[in-house]
Amino acid sequence: MNSVARVILPGQRQPPVEAVVIGTSAGGLEALGIVLSGLPADFRLALLVVQHVPRSGPTHLAEIFRRKTAMRVKEADAKEQVRGGTVYFAAPGYHLLVESDHSLSLSQDDVVHFSRPSIDVLFESAADAWGTSLAGVLLTGANEDGAAGLEAIHRSGGLTVIQDPAEAAVATMPRAALQRFAPDHILPLRDIHRLLRELE
Amino acid sequence: MPDRNVEIELKLLIEAIYLKYSYDFRDYSRASLKRRVLLALKQMDCDSISALQRRILYDAQVFMDLLQYLTIPVSEMFRDPGYYRALREQVVPVLRTYPSLKIWIAGCSTGEEVYSMAILLQEEGLLERSLIYATDINPRSLEQARQGIFAIDHLRQYTVNYQQAGGKRSFSDYYTAAYDSAIMDKSLKEKVTFADHSLATDSVFSETQLISCRNVLIYFNKPLQDRAFGLFHESLCHRGFLGMGCKETVEFSSYAGLYEAFDKQERIFRKL
Repeated sequence: MNSVARVILPGQRQPPVEAVVIGTSAGGLEALGIVLSGLPADFRLALLVVQHVPRSGPTHLAEIFRRKTAMRVKEADAKEQVRGGTVYFAAPGYHLLVESDHSLSLSQDDVVHFSRPSIDVLFESAADAWGTSLAGVLLTGANEDGAAGLEAIHRSGGLTVIQDPAEAAVATMPRAALQRFAPDHILPLRDIHRLLRELE
Repeated sequence: MPDRNVEIELKLLIEAIYLKYSYDFRDYSRASLKRRVLLALKQMDCDSISALQRRILYDAQVFMDLLQYLTIPVSEMFRDPGYYRALREQVVPVLRTYPSLKIWIAGCSTGEEVYSMAILLQEEGLLERSLIYATDINPRSLEQARQGIFAIDHLRQYTVNYQQAGGKRSFSDYYTAAYDSAIMDKSLKEKVTFADHSLATDSVFSETQLISCRNVLIYFNKPLQDRAFGLFHESLCHRGFLGMGCKETVEFSSYAGLYEAFDKQERIFRKL
């Protein structure tokens, strides 16, 4: 299940993946660094990321990752249309959702798993919006947010990837998802990066 | 594939609500609305949206229960203190030049922003000559706002916000604590008119110098946002102010050219 050989398969997946949603919490900055670093400017897919952050104060996730990839990196704005080749970070204090026309919505509805933005909220709405053309990736984290969302992606026929808990800085989040269903891949971070490039 | 039936049922429910109760959620962002309806299903013990639809059609009380989920009130006093600091330091000096003021808090929910605004105006000596219109579509929220009673556990956060927003006194001057509640000082709401008003279906009711509408338009699709912006533009006097939530802007709407960014960071715009 952990073998890199399987990574080749999704490249031939039909229909092709159009967007990737990524969720992470504790340990996420380092993990995202490995997953996103070096993705090229002409990368075809859109990446949408929820990284749990403290509720107050500005964060600079977009600035941090602008230096690590040639892709366009930005904080997600309400109503903007999702474009390939772009990394969108959920803004602190707001849930990020995808509409059926692949535009983005923000909400200040209640926290989910103590989190806003919540990974479940992004994943579940993205599963509705993209169905089989979506890949979901759940990385290191200290709570159970994202597990239900990743399962929703799985049920909608999307590709699901969980960071190998043995490698994760904090394994709670990957383990919570693994308790719910069997994902397509359980991989270390470097192979998740390779998988993204394969999905192109 | 995503469950088509749920999408269809959701659409029908929204239509039923509009036909029966004239609450128009048809142009709300669908993804959030779906989450809220699914949450309501669970809490209201219905096994499908269709079942919920039947219940709300035949029982107005059940619809009112559902409405509490559809208009989730998430607010706090002096939320985003920088916004209130900008109002106080930059907008108030302009407001002072008017002999009387009308201020509209659109989508006031349970009143946190209303009391924040009233406190700010009082400290700046403007409350006496102000009239605040506090509007919302949810009658239960409005009633709560009118009562001005808030859970005491939130007061610590409100106090921090108040101080960061440039508050001039002690926040405890503005409420009386009783058991687990804090009752806001009555004088704060003497100048407030609470009213049922929908940005989706109602029209403008007054000229205003300042409109504060924060984290309401994020739930609307573009056509409905434009409708709301249209109402604001009609209501605001020449050079009036529009304050929005920290992820909201008039810039990408069809009214973009009719405002200037007054404080871009704090999302305060000024009619040209």
